[in-house]
Amino acid sequence: MTSATYAVQSPLRRLTRIEFRLLLRERVGLIWGLAFPPVLLIILGTLGGQKADKDLDGLTLAATYVPIVIAFSVAMLALNVMPPVLGTYREKGVLRRMSTTPVPPSRLLAAQVAINLAVAAVTTVLVLIIGRVGFDVGLPRQAGGFLIALVLAAAGLFAIGLTIAALAPTGKAANAAGAITFFPMMFFAGLWVPRAVMPDALRHVSDYTPMGAAVQALQDSARGHFPHTLHLAVLAVYAVGFTAAAIRLFRWE
Amino acid sequence: MPVIEVTHLRKSYRDHVAVQDVSFSVEPGEIFGILGPNGAGKTTTVECLAGLRHHDGGQIQVLGLDPERDRDQLRQVLGIQLQESELPANIQVDEALELYSSFYRDPADWRSLRDSLGLTEKRTARFGKLSGGQKQRLSIALALVGNPRVAILDELTTGLDPAARRETWDLIEGVRERGVTIVLVTHFMPEAEHLCDRVAVIDSGRVVAVDSPAGLVTRVNAEQRLRFYPSADLDDRLLTELPQVTAVDRHGPQVLVTGTGDVLGAVTSVLARRGIVAEQLRVEQTTLDDAFIALTGQEIS
Repeated sequence: MTSATYAVQSPLRRLTRIEFRLLLRERVGLIWGLAFPPVLLIILGTLGGQKADKDLDGLTLAATYVPIVIAFSVAMLALNVMPPVLGTYREKGVLRRMSTTPVPPSRLLAAQVAINLAVAAVTTVLVLIIGRVGFDVGLPRQAGGFLIALVLAAAGLFAIGLTIAALAPTGKAANAAGAITFFPMMFFAGLWVPRAVMPDALRHVSDYTPMGAAVQALQDSARGHFPHTLHLAVLAVYAVGFTAAAIRLFRWE
Repeated sequence: MPVIEVTHLRKSYRDHVAVQDVSFSVEPGEIFGILGPNGAGKTTTVECLAGLRHHDGGQIQVLGLDPERDRDQLRQVLGIQLQESELPANIQVDEALELYSSFYRDPADWRSLRDSLGLTEKRTARFGKLSGGQKQRLSIALALVGNPRVAILDELTTGLDPAARRETWDLIEGVRERGVTIVLVTHFMPEAEHLCDRVAVIDSGRVVAVDSPAGLVTRVNAEQRLRFYPSADLDDRLLTELPQVTAVDRHGPQVLVTGTGDVLGAVTSVLARRGIVAEQLRVEQTTLDDAFIALTGQEIS
């Protein structure tokens, strides 16, 4: 390749490619965001067998966990993979260095969001295929609703991740903040106790958390219903609110 | 026309004034030093020059551009290497150079830049695995990859061993030969003495002096000191009679002469006439260090 072909590529595309390579080299991000969710589904699906469970709204364990595992992957990438990278970039002056060039460091944020979203998309497809092929879980019947729910959930979670990245002075701080946010959210998503078996009060709280709303909206559309307005609205509010917070709070150094 | 013109620059942060009143101008092709103790306002000054910080007062022009208003244009022609700005640990040398060159409209050939900075062997090495000197060289390469007309280099050789420091100095002189004007921020005297055509001494946010390193030295004090062991007995009066000599002291067999002007020539010719040899003759001149202390009333580091 000659430098002429490089010049044609936009800086953002080049940046995204490099960030993707760095993600591959880092490995940890891919293990949790890409590899772990399908493995979790396979384990739970195998444990649960083919029997529909009355307690789980007449779904198999695998069908119950498909949306949870998808939400897990998106949240993992948004909260535990991306913020430490950006926190380290601030800590090490990578953002500062970029701000001396014609390309603003905001492009680095865009590249990070893009690659993590791409991984989340691949994981989602992988999980849906494994559910369909391995455990007879039907593909989402209300595909449009599923997609809207997924996009809003990703927007909300990545906005929260960017807010963490905006505030964390170091990679370590971002790591800690991400984990502290992630585990309670996963609880409300039903990772340990699926929403169907949550006590009513707990489920009501869960409705207003990003992951609870996301999992229910994904589950509803998987079964052929359009998601509840409440859940979509909750996700949209998180997305808008935290995007505004991230923009307002972000510091380049 | 000067490449950089700073007049009455002023910048304060919430709790303190970092830059009180800084003015200087940099001519094309110069290596211009900004010298001062830690916390003198050097970095803030260059950050304002680069448009990275908003200044509260005064004017700055770089290549005829206003660093804040013409930020985008300036970025294309100004290369900056800042302190403590690293790269992702896992990025390779070539990847970084290729990436950063894609940021500029008219970049330098990053491969030849890499080769000329001695990073050819390290082209697939990751940033995290490079030595301090190699990281610094890559940093210089990144500051130059956009083919800038002005390069600002902040504390370039801090933390480098003496050999790596010498190498870096040679590189900087090479950069100047390409016609790049260089602003060098340093608190390391030998570096300023070795590289800079002119130096602005900044202390507590003010410019104390702007001159060539040699000019700064003569400005402060032209006093010199000679130490030697005379090969035969020597009467002090022979030396004290000389107009250039201000004092003669003895440390055992060693003679210590203090004087001004060509005190060395005067003393050695007197000794020669008497057939006395000045053994182990040492001349101590005022250094930039001494000049700095005299100008600012404090040690530099």
